[in-house]
Amino acid sequence: MAEGLRPDPMPEEREATALSVRGDAGTLKLVSKATYFKEAALKNLFLACAFMAVAAVALIFVFVGYRGWPVFTEVGASNFLFGREWLPTQDLFGILPLFVGSIVVTIGALLLGTPLAVGAAVFLSEIAPPKVRSVVRPAIELLAGVPSVVYGFFGLLILRPIVADLTGGLGFGPLTAWIILAIMIVPTIATLTEDALQSIPNGIREASYAMGATTWQTISRVLLPAAKIGIVDAIILGMGRAIGETMAVLMVVGNAPGFFRGMGKPLSTLTSQIVMDMPYASGLHRTALFGMAIILFLVSMGLVLTVRLLSRFKEEGL
Amino acid sequence: MNHTLAELQSGVAPAADPTVKIAVKGLDFFYGDFQALTDITCDIRDNAVTAFIGPSGCGKSTFLRCFNRMNDLIIGTKHAGLITLDGQDIYAPGVDPVDLRRRIGMIFQQPNPFPMSIYDNVAYGPRLHGMKKKADLDEVVETSLKRANVWKEVKDILGRGGLTLSGGQQQRLCIARVLAVQPDVLLMDEPCSAIDPTSVQKIEDLMAELKSSVTIIIVTHNMQQAARVSDETAFFLQEVMGEPAMLVEFGRTAEIFTSPKDKRTEDYITGRFG
Ligand SMILES: Nc1ncnc2c1ncn2[C@@H]1O[C@H](COP(=O)(O)OP(=O)(O)O)[C@@H](O)[C@H]1O
Ligand SMILES: [Mg+2]
Repeated sequence: MAEGLRPDPMPEEREATALSVRGDAGTLKLVSKATYFKEAALKNLFLACAFMAVAAVALIFVFVGYRGWPVFTEVGASNFLFGREWLPTQDLFGILPLFVGSIVVTIGALLLGTPLAVGAAVFLSEIAPPKVRSVVRPAIELLAGVPSVVYGFFGLLILRPIVADLTGGLGFGPLTAWIILAIMIVPTIATLTEDALQSIPNGIREASYAMGATTWQTISRVLLPAAKIGIVDAIILGMGRAIGETMAVLMVVGNAPGFFRGMGKPLSTLTSQIVMDMPYASGLHRTALFGMAIILFLVSMGLVLTVRLLSRFKEEGL
Repeated sequence: MNHTLAELQSGVAPAADPTVKIAVKGLDFFYGDFQALTDITCDIRDNAVTAFIGPSGCGKSTFLRCFNRMNDLIIGTKHAGLITLDGQDIYAPGVDPVDLRRRIGMIFQQPNPFPMSIYDNVAYGPRLHGMKKKADLDEVVETSLKRANVWKEVKDILGRGGLTLSGGQQQRLCIARVLAVQPDVLLMDEPCSAIDPTSVQKIEDLMAELKSSVTIIIVTHNMQQAARVSDETAFFLQEVMGEPAMLVEFGRTAEIFTSPKDKRTEDYITGRFG
């Protein structure tokens, strides 16, 4: 165990040391036994919580892995990962179109949502008067708490008809999903970006203004570069949110498991396909769905790891 | 010197004294309802070092930040009175604070280099003002770092982050960054209170070299430093908490430190209060 983690010595030991140095200047009060045990109990309680959280994730991974792994042997890794057709009735379990669908939907949402979110964060952190900020920031945070089915309904009832007019067809497809997901990831990216901007010491802003920079120059030449890593973090987490989002996407994307054919043409993603098929799938089909879950799990783990690596860069001051 | 109201309102200083760089007349300053400064009048000499001394909280920083209008950035501040730079009212309508700040550079108590390379820190100002050619930038960066007495220490590591330097080196880097836009006036708000003695020495040296071309105003808590580096000294005092501070005495540094006219100045300099 690391030096810093050693528990405080028991009260008795302390008493002995304290007695030996007791002088005329009076005595220092000693830690009571009750306090000592309370501290120790709390420490262990928190340790248990942390352990349980990790164990839950590990358990899910083991379960999903156990149920999904056979797909790699029975369908074959390359047939599964790179197969171009998802036709469970004909025992074709290629998830490439679904994977591409997930990526298309995610990238589009990021392209739409990121500028909006970063713009909102810059406004909140650098431009808005404190009063405006104290209203708008909680409002944005609230957006994060809206259940995704509500976004789905909004997309289905309000956006879809508009998109249908724009692209022809029924309006089910990536464009509707992009817009909905963009709105959904704005809170994540905006709040994290704002945090990154707020963590820049004020002296930096003062220095820039004192050099004769305008607000815009200060933002674009000093603050955004300084917050770069935090912003990339924010975008990656937003990406995680977008790639994992299921309900809202399912409701608007059209759920046709083929390759991307256009902004207004139905598409399917890994998550939406899992939900569509899970109620009736059996046998190898079911195993394939778990296999897709493994892929999703690995992708989000990859994203989180990237964020961790980036924060290490930040600590090293690069 | 007395001026008519019309003269004050027109914003044109009367028959400007060429040895006066900045003239302040009847300046009051407010943070919201709190008045921080009252009725300050003084002339800052060109190509000289002026020291502002006084106990903490007596408005030295506030006053300094009026010269480059940094106080404009704080919501709810207002002022009355006149400040002129080379005879021109700096608060006159239409005066661009951004241009003013290019001419009046500022150094802060905490060194505040940008989180970018040493080179980019110094090139920041010139680039803002449109300098693009690498050769030009290279030259400005080198001369500025030399004038700021830090070139020898950083010349081989210009690509390294400014924040990797020691505190004293960072402060000199900040001075170089300001000098790169060739300001007429340099405001220094306790530039030496957070750094090592060697760097303090280097900064005092560079001030002596700079003052032939730059007007310097330095706020300092260190009486010896004020006595060493400055030609003129202004002593500020807030006599009652909550009341505005005022300029008690202003004059040649030698006189202020040897034969102050005001009892309160003498008390402060000899360390009886503050
Ligand atoms: N941003 C501010 N808002 C309100 N009051 C301020 C602000 N900055 C300084 N003050 C007040 O103005 C007075 C002068 O402060 P300052 O100029 O920082 O003094 P000094 O630099 O001499 O220590 C102090 O009473 C301080 O509390
Ligand atoms: Mg101060």
